[in-house]
Amino acid sequence: MSEELSWSDEVFREIKKREIGTVCTIPDGGLTRLLNLIKADKGMRLITLTTEEEGMGIVTGQWLGGKRAMIAMQSSGVGNCINALGLPSAMRAPCLMLVTMRGQYGEFNPWQVQMGQGARPALEAVGVKCFPADQPHEVAPAFIGAADLAFNGGFSCAVLVSQRVIGAKGFGQK
Amino acid sequence: MAISNKINRRPFVAALLAQRNGALVIPGLGSPTWDCSAAGDSPEYLYSWGGMGLAVPTALGVALAQPQRRVLALTGDGEMLMGIGSLGVVAAQGAKNLSILVLDNESFGETGRQTGLTADSTDLCAIARGFGIARTMHVTAQEKADELAEFLFKGEGPCFAVAKIALSEDPWCLPVKDGAAIARRFRIALGIEAA
Repeated sequence: MSEELSWSDEVFREIKKREIGTVCTIPDGGLTRLLNLIKADKGMRLITLTTEEEGMGIVTGQWLGGKRAMIAMQSSGVGNCINALGLPSAMRAPCLMLVTMRGQYGEFNPWQVQMGQGARPALEAVGVKCFPADQPHEVAPAFIGAADLAFNGGFSCAVLVSQRVIGAKGFGQK
Repeated sequence: MAISNKINRRPFVAALLAQRNGALVIPGLGSPTWDCSAAGDSPEYLYSWGGMGLAVPTALGVALAQPQRRVLALTGDGEMLMGIGSLGVVAAQGAKNLSILVLDNESFGETGRQTGLTADSTDLCAIARGFGIARTMHVTAQEKADELAEFLFKGEGPCFAVAKIALSEDPWCLPVKDGAAIARRFRIALGIEAA
């Protein structure tokens, strides 16, 4: 449990260090601690979307205007983004995504499995570079790698935080 | 040549853009992009050739990054409906420098002019107000161009307008297709990148 808390703090520190000032999200349970840190920070802007694909437009617009932004979402949201990823790609705009995975290890909800298993292949099919993190201590290094590649060169990069890091949602079942 | 009583798009958009007073323009894909190009090229027009549904989110991202600049999202009815939820995000962010104009010809112009939802009972201004954008304007006459320009470029945002546009046959006026070039010259115009 303490390891689950610390990857959020480490990623938050790396976000601040890179002056990523805006985070767009449809929230996931696994992102709770990180999103709360962002919300509490008066120097940062947390934008709640209606669908994850809006994030591709907002972060591209932010870069066009000289600012850095990113998207934080669940693996199901990746499915909503596939066509929209064509925008940052066409413009060679950085598009940094932090994705918490469902449908992997011990998933309770079978409806999550298709997009959970399909998220990485779908992202790679449209040219997004994926940075998986299967252990808590791997998340921040993966984020650093993804963020720096994205902003240095104008690439779309996705950190995939394994369900082994987050823990399978229990749905109140024993 | 216009084939109905509604607004003739090319002179209408040209008249609006002549009064933009430095506003950055984010056109949606298809006819709005061709209209901007036809009005006279500018690096401050972020032409689109894809990403349907993203005109308003992109404009919002620019507006929040450049609070001292007015930003106009100029799009079509189909593109606006595909990204309709973004109006809620706009209202929640309260971007005072963001204006949105939908050039509504009630059809999917690029793919055979199939009829769209706004031909029937979909009321985009009512939707915008429902999402929390209080300032809306509905235009059906060519002569309203100046009043609309005042609404879009002088009033406080976020604001939302619909102009009912005639189906017309206009000469092709295609802008640059290279997305990296479009983005780069936009950033150069904003002083973010050196030429």
